[in-house]
Amino acid sequence: MTQAIKRPFDVLSVREDFPILQQQVNGKPLVYMDNAATAQKPLAVIEAMNTYYREFNANVHRGAHSLSDRATGEFEAARDKVRAFVNAPSREDIIWVRGVTEAINLVAQSYARSTLQPGDEIIVSQLEHHANIVPWQIVAQQTGAQVRVIPITPDAELDMAAYQALLNEKTRIVAVNHASNAMGTVNPVKEMIRLAKSVGAVTLIDGAQGAPHLEIDVQDLDCDFYAISAHKAFGPTGIGALYGRKALLEAMPPYQSGGEMIERVSFSGTTFNVPPFKFEAGTPAIAEAIGFAAALDYLNQFDKAQLKAHEDSLLQLAAELAPTVPGLRPVGTAKNKVSVFSFLVDGLHPSDLGTLLDQQGIAVRTGHHCAQPLMDCLGVPGTTRASFAFYNTREEVEKLFAALQKITRLFI
Amino acid sequence: MTAVDQADIFTANPLGKDTTIADIKDSFEFLDDWEERYGYVIDLGKQVPAMPAEHKVEENFVHGCQSQVWFIHHLDAASGKMYVLVASDAMIVQGLAAVVMCAFNGKSPQDIVGFDMDALFTELDLMRHLSPTRGNGLHAMVKKIQDAARSAL
Repeated sequence: MTQAIKRPFDVLSVREDFPILQQQVNGKPLVYMDNAATAQKPLAVIEAMNTYYREFNANVHRGAHSLSDRATGEFEAARDKVRAFVNAPSREDIIWVRGVTEAINLVAQSYARSTLQPGDEIIVSQLEHHANIVPWQIVAQQTGAQVRVIPITPDAELDMAAYQALLNEKTRIVAVNHASNAMGTVNPVKEMIRLAKSVGAVTLIDGAQGAPHLEIDVQDLDCDFYAISAHKAFGPTGIGALYGRKALLEAMPPYQSGGEMIERVSFSGTTFNVPPFKFEAGTPAIAEAIGFAAALDYLNQFDKAQLKAHEDSLLQLAAELAPTVPGLRPVGTAKNKVSVFSFLVDGLHPSDLGTLLDQQGIAVRTGHHCAQPLMDCLGVPGTTRASFAFYNTREEVEKLFAALQKITRLFI
Repeated sequence: MTAVDQADIFTANPLGKDTTIADIKDSFEFLDDWEERYGYVIDLGKQVPAMPAEHKVEENFVHGCQSQVWFIHHLDAASGKMYVLVASDAMIVQGLAAVVMCAFNGKSPQDIVGFDMDALFTELDLMRHLSPTRGNGLHAMVKKIQDAARSAL
């Protein structure tokens, strides 16, 4: 494959690709630092979806007409782009889902529910989002399996010795995130997958925070499942993808049923379609899949290492500026992180901080970040989280800290 | 939210007694920017008497909030007036709850049921905090208080 020439990364020119960033909020230029919740969309994504609706809206895989052919072509080309993005062996290994949450529910209710036996064990970690906890609790209840939890160190890194001690011949599934949404910790998933395989466990990686920041290669990782959400990777909401190992996908029963997922239906019995269609009942999110592909094309213009280097420099600047705010305490100080800066300020509740930052045009997330077990473990009710994307600037990080200084000066 | 029969912890509250909605509206007219507005709201919250620890229990807890919020109410048998006491660990939520207490405390159930909290919060340019989608529980709290007042009619 020839290596295309990449667009050099320049943050100011990149910002012009994102219409939403060109506005004022509460009378101040918008500083959007809630990217771990959802990232903004470049114009290319908005226009791709717009073009689909204006020019070739039609149902896919069905119509005997030109519009449907074009829609089907673009929809399946989007699947190819996701395949390349995660380096899956073949396009049939990519299942469209609404996002990581649905992907994990699919694996839990299809794969896990049909294979788990009483006494089997599912390992998750203390760092997980509720989406990678609750589906496992439910399937554990349904099958008599147990959920075991990898503890964390004070820096919010996974305790790898404890993980190894948890692995045993009853371990059937290991489900962990590539990077933590609340803390930014990047987990050593390749090593964790290798260890899981040594006891014959199947692995699922929640890549919600991996996709926007990290290189993903499911063959190099050797995972069985990898889940991503488009909207956190600059694509639309309502679409995501589940990579699954072919042999597992072929053996798994359907998740939802209806049109598309069948081969032949009769009242004497129905036979199911092959993967990925077996798992894609009903009309899919066509415009969203096309928008997702546009987001991946957008990202692929750049050398991902350049984007990551810029994000890392923003995180580094935040760490340097942290001592300038009285009482500020970073939470989650892992050595290897994506650009998530979670923190507490003595005497100020995160919800107060969120409101007072919003008044200055700065959008952050406050609260438990859908990771209540993690917050309980850290002994905090929640944190304030500034999560950076490659379109954030050093000046914006400086504005965040100037705003925090002003808040502590006025309100404590 | 439970009904609590300890009149003193409610009647000691200056909000709704010494500080009224009219006072808040007057003050807001002189507040120019967000720093002053939120500073004032936070100061109002600081006037709320502390809720005794025995009432900070699950049944008085408001779920779905980013901050921890508890509230209890009291119907004074002699005067027929209602009182509310709210505790939050977030200063702004406590301040916004103080505005709610100013509107409701010492009022008859009839007045509470008929009170338009949306109009007040809109007038004070604080409506974004009262929206049902906002994760601070204020909207649910106002509704519960009005429900309690309705059942006391």
